[in-house]
Amino acid sequence: MSANGWLQFVIYSLVLLATVRPVGIYLARVLEGQRTWLDPVFRPLERFIYKLSGVTADKEMNWREYSFALLGFSAVSLLVTYAIERLQAVLPLWNPQKLAAVGPDLAWSTAASFTTNTNWQSYTPETTMGYLTQMAGLATHNFFSATVGIVVAVALIRGIKRTTSGTIGNFWVDATRTLLYVLLPGSLIYALLLVGQGVPQNLHAYTVAHPLEQPTQTQTIAQGPVASQEAIKMLGTNGGGFFNANSAHPFENPTPFSNFLQMLSIFIIPAGLTYTLGRMTGSRGHGWAVFAAMYVLFAAGFVVAYWAESQPHPMIHGAAQTGTATAPAGNMEGKEVRFGVSQSALFATITTDASCGAVNSMHDSFTPLGGMVPLANIMLGEVIFGGVGSGLYGMLIFVVLAVFIAGLMVGRTPEYLGKKIEAYDVKMSMLYVLIFPLIILTLTAIFVLSPNIGLSALSNGGPHGLSEILYAFSSATGNNGSAFAGLSANTWWYNVVLGWSMLAGRFLMLIPVVALAGNLAQKKSVPPSPGTFPVNTSLFTVLLIGVVLILGALTFFPVLSLGPILEHLQLKAGQLF
Amino acid sequence: MSVLSAQPSVAIAQSVSTHHSVWKTSIRFTIIATLLFGVGYPLLVTGIAEIVFPHKAAGSLITKDGQIIGSQLLAQSFTTDRYFHPRPSAAGNGYDATSSGGSNMAQSNAKLVQRIQGDIDKLSAANAGKPVPIDLVTTSGSGLDPDITPDAAFYQAPRVAKARGIGGDRIRKLIEAHIARRQLGLLGEPRVNVLELNLDLDKTVQ
Repeated sequence: MSANGWLQFVIYSLVLLATVRPVGIYLARVLEGQRTWLDPVFRPLERFIYKLSGVTADKEMNWREYSFALLGFSAVSLLVTYAIERLQAVLPLWNPQKLAAVGPDLAWSTAASFTTNTNWQSYTPETTMGYLTQMAGLATHNFFSATVGIVVAVALIRGIKRTTSGTIGNFWVDATRTLLYVLLPGSLIYALLLVGQGVPQNLHAYTVAHPLEQPTQTQTIAQGPVASQEAIKMLGTNGGGFFNANSAHPFENPTPFSNFLQMLSIFIIPAGLTYTLGRMTGSRGHGWAVFAAMYVLFAAGFVVAYWAESQPHPMIHGAAQTGTATAPAGNMEGKEVRFGVSQSALFATITTDASCGAVNSMHDSFTPLGGMVPLANIMLGEVIFGGVGSGLYGMLIFVVLAVFIAGLMVGRTPEYLGKKIEAYDVKMSMLYVLIFPLIILTLTAIFVLSPNIGLSALSNGGPHGLSEILYAFSSATGNNGSAFAGLSANTWWYNVVLGWSMLAGRFLMLIPVVALAGNLAQKKSVPPSPGTFPVNTSLFTVLLIGVVLILGALTFFPVLSLGPILEHLQLKAGQLF
Repeated sequence: MSVLSAQPSVAIAQSVSTHHSVWKTSIRFTIIATLLFGVGYPLLVTGIAEIVFPHKAAGSLITKDGQIIGSQLLAQSFTTDRYFHPRPSAAGNGYDATSSGGSNMAQSNAKLVQRIQGDIDKLSAANAGKPVPIDLVTTSGSGLDPDITPDAAFYQAPRVAKARGIGGDRIRKLIEAHIARRQLGLLGEPRVNVLELNLDLDKTVQ
């Protein structure tokens, strides 16, 4: 650990903090249909899209209509991506490497993966996906799935804010405005910044180079429209790499500055949304209290990961592992020199706090406790800033549970920002909380018990093997997409089952949220009384952190103790596998 | 306790025509949005990027005597004593720029420890037992890491100096000229780009 490593964390935190208010205000303006400075450019295009797709922009939807629209859009766009993957060999455009059609099970898992904002990839993109598939099949979902997350969060905020209302907004309007006013301009500027740092952006065939020392040999250099995809991959917390090595690849993430931008762009919308929450509900203090809970959990994860990754390997001798001013300390397997240990640990923490799943270092090669941080972040439900939109609505579920628990303690009907929290609300919240571990733990158990289907894909033995399978199902169900990538998951069983767990982890959890939004919207507002538990205090922040940690620990601590914790203890005792 | 109040009543009737219009809107919206974001947006970025940053947009390629020798951003294989070596690579069969990736071996994997220890023993035997910079014996995340730490460059200086029959001071000066400091004085880690260093080496020291 170095002073500079900590300093970079502090700088990151300050820059993030500075973005929260402006981003939150802008998002609120866009989603409340107010004017923005981009109106002259995008307002005509927005109207044109409504006209072509037959959307009546001023028609409000109830929660069922909103859900149907969301599911219809997701289903159709999933099928389009599946079709493009299967047909890429015969489609005439943008496939200079003449890559073959993607097989059915892989095309399925990939289409499900990108539709659900997971971006799990059980293939090597540079030898599997042509440019058309990357752009029109995959990068589009980076836009669409991010949009779905954001609009659901906003629908939930509307539910909290509105009183005796039957509706929560119009899905198509929310989606169009998010796409046009937030994600498109953001990605455009960001993509060009990335090209300025060295990220390629072209439609050329791969380049054949003749290396300096062995000119008779060749090195084929994969190319492509990388920057445009990279930008929305991070801004939409998608995380699906243009290349197999993802943001560790120098073409995706060439410099420390591009790395800083990528880490910032993961959190910028989720963090801004906490301010949007405060602004739209008229309780800015509540927005900041939620932000604080997220920030504390984030910082704690980073401290553990950075410490763990800075430790020398106990079984390796004769290497300089303690660090100097010009070389980092600790575990450099699977890490890039330009990022070092500190920025690899920070990226790993951020990408799993959010449901991003991009990686700039290989989590599978992390130390046992360092690798447990990303795994635990996913298991806590990706509510530490979280995915765009999904992080906020996930955290608001924990907020509902927190005020419910506070209500139980004082024996009163809990209230949340003027809304009585009743049985139906708690049921929807518990549904959300229970579906997640149910899928992860059940499927992990089944695959661990199946030598031919589950265990044959492992590349590491001992407790780390359990961690690999556990990470895969946590990542898929949590719609994260990062991996302990030693697991060879491009098999029929893993592709199909992971594909379904991504869909379940997305939509089975998302529908209860929309239902909760609908139910809250139709309630009357009750004025606060002396017995109301205030949700804008540091006491509330502490309670919220406690609820997140206790629910997560009760659910997942046993399996973590059999995986990373056991591996840590055995490695310290000199046991290898 | 009054938390168990009545279920809310929700309108259930969804007419068939509503379903029809949801599908129709979904299909139309998906087609328009796919054209806009899956074709229009990346082509716009490509157009601007190729005008503003032509070298970078094309992959930061380096040409020598009319032939492309590689990308400034990607590691390539160097094995002889006359050149600085990059970090070991797990990309394909090594430095395969169509198959990027790490070893994905766990810290508790015996094969990883054997591999690293074997490399350490080889390198330190040739360097009078000096401790080996850890980045020289670990594979990177991409397998294409173009950089090594300054320590790792200095560690190789005696070998390169000997192979080229020149003084160690000249090599060390060359390395110092190639150290990229932290970006903005703050971000990332100090590093040396191996391909650029080797190109300069060929130019200045035959």
